[in-house]
Amino acid sequence: MARELKLMKGNEAIARAMIASGTDGYFGYPITPQSEVMETLMLEKPWETTGMTVLQAESEMASINMVYGGAATGKKVATSSSSPGISLMQEGLTYLAGAEIPCLVVNVMRGGPGLGTIQPSQSDYFQSVKGGGHGDYQLYTLAPASVQEMYDFVFDAWDIAFKYRNPVLILSDGAIGQCMEKLYTRDYVPRWTEEERRKNAPWGTWGKPADRNHNIITSLELDSGRQEIFNLKLQAKYAEMKEKEVRYEALNCEDADYIIVAYGSSSRISMKAMQMAREKGLKVGLFRLITLFPFPTKQLNEVSKKCKGILTVEMSAGQMVEDVRLATECRVKVEHFGRFGGIIPTPTEVLEALENKIIK
Amino acid sequence: MTTADIIKPENLVYTKTKVLTDAVMHYCPGCGHGTAHRIIAEVIEEMGIQDKTIGIAPVGCSVLAYNYFDVDFQEAAHGRAPALATAAKRLNPDRFVFTYQGDGDLAAIGTAETIHACNRGENITMIFINNGIYGMTGGQMAPTTLVGMKSATTPYGRNVALNGYPLRITELIATLPGTRFVTRQSVHTPAAVRKAKTAIRKAFENQKDNKGLSFVEIVSSCNSGWKMTPVQANHWMEENMFPNYPIGDIKVDGKIVEGVDINRLVVDHPLTVVK
Amino acid sequence: MIKGAIVIDTERCKGCAVCTEACPKQVISISKNVNGKGYNYAEATGIDNCIGCASCAIVCPDGVISVYKAKL
Repeated sequence: MARELKLMKGNEAIARAMIASGTDGYFGYPITPQSEVMETLMLEKPWETTGMTVLQAESEMASINMVYGGAATGKKVATSSSSPGISLMQEGLTYLAGAEIPCLVVNVMRGGPGLGTIQPSQSDYFQSVKGGGHGDYQLYTLAPASVQEMYDFVFDAWDIAFKYRNPVLILSDGAIGQCMEKLYTRDYVPRWTEEERRKNAPWGTWGKPADRNHNIITSLELDSGRQEIFNLKLQAKYAEMKEKEVRYEALNCEDADYIIVAYGSSSRISMKAMQMAREKGLKVGLFRLITLFPFPTKQLNEVSKKCKGILTVEMSAGQMVEDVRLATECRVKVEHFGRFGGIIPTPTEVLEALENKIIK
Repeated sequence: MTTADIIKPENLVYTKTKVLTDAVMHYCPGCGHGTAHRIIAEVIEEMGIQDKTIGIAPVGCSVLAYNYFDVDFQEAAHGRAPALATAAKRLNPDRFVFTYQGDGDLAAIGTAETIHACNRGENITMIFINNGIYGMTGGQMAPTTLVGMKSATTPYGRNVALNGYPLRITELIATLPGTRFVTRQSVHTPAAVRKAKTAIRKAFENQKDNKGLSFVEIVSSCNSGWKMTPVQANHWMEENMFPNYPIGDIKVDGKIVEGVDINRLVVDHPLTVVK
Repeated sequence: MIKGAIVIDTERCKGCAVCTEACPKQVISISKNVNGKGYNYAEATGIDNCIGCASCAIVCPDGVISVYKAKL
């Protein structure tokens, strides 16, 4: 089936991609600016077509734990929410990471802290990649910058989630969630059959046949010796992700005197600022992160060897900027520019910041 | 006929079910958890559904239940078992899903999950062990701790002005249209164990026939938390827990049982001191 | 005439004594001796009175009692 060209919101793309990628279950709770994900799923009634289960839960805590219970049986299960809701899901996320349960969580970020605003933001970076829950764990975190990527990353998420038995977070924001763009759909990936489920999730709790011991899905280990060994195993997994699964995009960085580092909506705005700078004869490049974890440390270090300064652009007080300084070993000046409260910066503001903070 | 002649395989009438593992249970001597585990495992064995059952353990004394059932098990965060069960069942409708929770797990932090799973009428079996105390963490007050009952966090006895009323969660969920079968049992005497096992069997049969949510509360003792011997604890339970948490079926086939005072939510039977 | 007998796994018994009260024939008592875990375990001291009704096994929280029954 040829890929179809469609026009839709980012949130809708997430929902349609979930259905198309053979998701078994979605459990969620309404919160602006991402309620369209569940609304679309309810309109599409996938339980009548692909057999996908969709349920509105009583809270985000119930939702993330439904993801846990469903995914622990070896099924492809997802949820979505926005910043305050994702905060409520943090306990569930560290349990999912601790029990090594593959699943998909989408955060369409909005301004914080607290109830904050419903406008877009990127101030959940720390929460996403530095562990919003307790314990040493990581979520494989993808940052879409377009409606097409909102769609595609759902498919990619399932591959990573089951390859590494790890939750995957798609970290988007209200702008991408709400704006409409064209996208090319992908062929339907059928939901797994019983045999496929047993092959892809032999660890799952789908009922103990006589020929194996009973499976246990837990994150509890009271024996410290064993828990340390388990933690080392998790760290090895994350190291492998860092080695093999980093994704980024470097535009005009080879000859760049100055580099803008950004992801998601900010990277779209920065692309325009880069073009404006190039028109003024300034050799500016854009390094766009696609995976926030694993962070492209080596790649950014390499690309920034020749440049004289880096500006990070984030809709926050500056969180990723710290990781950029670490990655570039403070060899060059790294400054942050961002707006708060849901205000989206303009390309002009980005260019001014680059000139005032970095170039001067 | 000497004893040795009797003890022969062909004369065996009762032994531990194979659906329980060989692990020695960590529960305190005389704790109702062990008995409850055993009769659930016996029902699973008798129905021949060991290969189709998914259990969900709580956080609390029975957090390690998955080591004792030779059944696929998931460990839920504190209070969230009904949510896990909702998804596990909806995504695997041909499997038998049961949750196993204590009073703190089900009626304190997990109240919302309990009420909403019941209200949705999920086709699962919920087992609720009510011993009026937080055992695992060392005997603190639970939602079902009785008025006047001492605990690590009510050292002078539970006081309504300070700690509110004991929660009769089972009567509460019995009023929800989603619940099909709601009963309260105990496991401290042979007769009580038989009735409790019958109730659990009925709950699993309801699940097999897609009749909606079955909820089995088991009032149990906690001799460590209550600071009594196991036998004393059982007597104290009969004199104090049962009047406030009456034993018997509360709702059958979706209808409240005749004579059950469903509205009596106030727990008001004064405590006695065990002899 | 029915005769019963029980076998108690004394190593796993925790000496809770719930079975002693459940037995209709006072077959079981708590031993002065302790098992490997230091529990005074249950013992079928009155085994001759046992009728194999399994009341003890049914209330045993740790499932340590096996029950046998034979017709004479």
